[in-house]
Amino acid sequence: MKISAFFYTLKQGCKNIMRNKMFSIASIATMAACIFMFGIFYSVVINFQNVVQNVESGVAVTAFIDGDLTDEQIDQLQQEIENNPVAKISKCDFVTAEEAWQDVVDNYFDGDEEMAEGFEEALAESEHFDIYMEDVSTQSELVSYLEGLDGIREVNQSEMAANVLTDANRLIGYVSIAIIAILVCVAVFLISNTVNTGISVRKEEIAIMKLIGATDFFVRGPFIVEGILIGLIGSVIPLAVLYSLYEKIIGYVGDKFHFLDNMLTFVPVNSIFKILLPVGLILGVGIGYIGSRVTLHRHLNV
Amino acid sequence: MITLEHVSKEYVEGVPALNDVSLNIEAGEFVFIVGDSGSGKSTMIKLLLKELEPTSGKLIINKKELAKVNHRNIPYYRRNIGCVFQDFRLLKDRNVYENVAFAQRVISASNRSIKLNVPKILSLVGLAAKYRSKPSELSGGEQQRVAIARALVNEPKILLADEPTGNLDGHNAWEIMKLLEEINERGTTVLVVTHNMDIVNAMKKRVITLKKGVVVSDEQMGGEEE
Ligand SMILES: Nc1ncnc2c1ncn2[C@@H]1O[C@H](COP(=O)(O)OP(=O)(O)OP(=O)(O)O)[C@@H](O)[C@H]1O
Ligand SMILES: [Mg+2]
Repeated sequence: MKISAFFYTLKQGCKNIMRNKMFSIASIATMAACIFMFGIFYSVVINFQNVVQNVESGVAVTAFIDGDLTDEQIDQLQQEIENNPVAKISKCDFVTAEEAWQDVVDNYFDGDEEMAEGFEEALAESEHFDIYMEDVSTQSELVSYLEGLDGIREVNQSEMAANVLTDANRLIGYVSIAIIAILVCVAVFLISNTVNTGISVRKEEIAIMKLIGATDFFVRGPFIVEGILIGLIGSVIPLAVLYSLYEKIIGYVGDKFHFLDNMLTFVPVNSIFKILLPVGLILGVGIGYIGSRVTLHRHLNV
Repeated sequence: MITLEHVSKEYVEGVPALNDVSLNIEAGEFVFIVGDSGSGKSTMIKLLLKELEPTSGKLIINKKELAKVNHRNIPYYRRNIGCVFQDFRLLKDRNVYENVAFAQRVISASNRSIKLNVPKILSLVGLAAKYRSKPSELSGGEQQRVAIARALVNEPKILLADEPTGNLDGHNAWEIMKLLEEINERGTTVLVVTHNMDIVNAMKKRVITLKKGVVVSDEQMGGEEE
């Protein structure tokens, strides 16, 4: 294809959009909504996954030990736990009472010991093991095993298990896929309509073109350009908006849920967009292309 | 240049619009096709443009057998043929220059060749001064000149005209016919379908007469004797 023909086609495609303003705007808006939703869901899912991962790796069973154990007994207990037959252990830390105290002060009172004063007593007999599993689902077996061991006084499990989070994440995923699928259909339908209107407006021109000896490619070109441009504009706008909103939103959420700081680590905007940008653009342009291509095939026979 | 061998076309089975037509037109000829309404003239033009397929028979144009030109190659085949119609078929939203340039763009001509060829052809048809006018601002005769310029700008070997003067008054009709004759004298094979017997009789060209889809006469220097 010659350069002049390329620019001519491009220009005609833009003209199509301008000639058909209402339809074009409706298509672009739908497309934008579609890509915007996609972007939001994608960001939520990715961040959720991130949180789940953090939580999962942080989920531990806490096994408090009897206060009168010797160091050797503690070592032995640790070995027993590490080599237990029910759950693979990724880490098993022994935490002394002082360490446990310091941990609480650091994590919940921003290192301010005076403020934590009242809690010190409660943590007096708090020597324990923090046991991390490789697979969170083996947690309940591990707990019963630990409860059967001599020297273990009490076992605490963080039941706020990652399962809940994982389920929620999956649900968000399904809902978003459904909504996006509907939006994609609407977008394809609207683009198809837009292109179709363009075709009927230009019926005569197309007939003339064909008589003069225009190739199918040349006839199709402007309409394909129209579809792709609608897709492109309809994806660039929402992606740009998302990009600028993203940091603000995570900043806001981070502020509001300050106490969740440990768990709530957000994925930075750039690593979100490393995937979201190309996928969003391809989605937009692809929908535009398919929308116009389908219509051309049906109504133009080229 | 144009050969038809036993060509028939039936839109409806058993009702031939063209019935076993055979004829041969040499390169450089100027030929009138005449006949009553419904005698199959436009059908013949459409067959030549490969807008329609014959029901039977063979068309050979420019040494190419039309049946063997596949869908992909139809555009390239048509680039050898200019065509002009009674209703001009101009693009109403573009000016004279753009209408002619359009034909060049369709064949992906370069901007340089457009800038060179369009003014040249516009002055040939006598419209150089009106290149910026929209079709609606032109007379019928002028519009047909634009259509002829568009048909010629890609330098086809053959020019087909289906009632090019059908919408024009006597004076303009003559002007257009003179222009077609001039184009023919420059080497293009010209086929003109017309009802205008005054002009046919006066111009003393080859005349092929169709009646109910059949060639009933084919005369060099045709036309009714006074
Ligand atoms: N698309 C079509 N479907 C069915 N019949 C058709 C079609 N086009 C033309 N015909 C018939 O074919 C015959 C020839 O038509 P054609 O248009 O070739 O005539 P013509 O000589 O050009 O007439 P005119 O001088 O009125 O333009 C007519 O009887 C017409 O009714
Ligand atoms: Mg006719």
